[in-house]
Amino acid sequence: MNEHESEHILSYGFLAQILGGLVLLTAVTVGVSYIDWGFLNVPIALFVASSKATLVLLFFMHIKYEGMVIKVSFISTMLVLAFLISFTFWDVAFR
Amino acid sequence: MEKAIDKTGVKIGMWIFLYSEVILFGGLFVLYAAYFHAFPEDFALGGKELNRIFGTANTLVLLISSFTVAASITAIQQRRKGLAIGLLVFSLLCGLTFLINKYFEWGAKFHHDLYPNSDRLLDSDPGFNIFFGLYYTITGLHGLHVIIGMVLLAISLVLVAGNKISAERYAMLENSGLYWHLVDLIWIFVFPLFYLVL
Repeated sequence: MNEHESEHILSYGFLAQILGGLVLLTAVTVGVSYIDWGFLNVPIALFVASSKATLVLLFFMHIKYEGMVIKVSFISTMLVLAFLISFTFWDVAFR
Repeated sequence: MEKAIDKTGVKIGMWIFLYSEVILFGGLFVLYAAYFHAFPEDFALGGKELNRIFGTANTLVLLISSFTVAASITAIQQRRKGLAIGLLVFSLLCGLTFLINKYFEWGAKFHHDLYPNSDRLLDSDPGFNIFFGLYYTITGLHGLHVIIGMVLLAISLVLVAGNKISAERYAMLENSGLYWHLVDLIWIFVFPLFYLVL
């Protein structure tokens, strides 16, 4: 039924390109950390980290090639996490 | 009659478990955010004690091992058993390297009298103590996950060697791989928050 999804084969070259991208982003985040961006420090670091996480999730973890169940449940989990973090932090920040 | 295997179901089960892990670490990141907000100066002082080189090295080690685990699945799909075994052994060595680095890193902190309940932390400002409390809790829990991930990869390695994991049936390897990538994902966020932004 879902044969084509689980049988999707990623080439070594493609996986190596993803690794290259991840290493490059690591170099970027370490590089910019030597400059003080003030209150932008955390947003910049989290933006680069999220980009890296997206690469790992889509390709190393195959989410791009999965069916709807895994895609939708994953996005739902991320929404729960976003609510958990933002509402708690909101409460703490404006107390 | 051959027993039918629900490949999608097997994977969904693993993902549901991974979601619970995401929320577990998410809760710890909430604590980090709240205390960082309350004690920005103490956190900055704490962050200065951490070694960026160690952190970067461990990031690269985990990224490379994630690549080799993903490549080992490709190798199994292409029926290249020897290559798959080699890639898994290399991944396990990466995990071990990570833990050895962590051992030296924690050792250096202990040497500087920075460990839970140490005199230096008890005498310092509360934010500094909380920073190291979070540091040990989060990196310790993550380190535990590295060990569990290595056990799962080692089991997969044995199964590949014994032909129990093959191009027809490799859900165990796939799910161990997913767990290993999750360990990598968590580190992707731990690394900048502790080593870089402060």
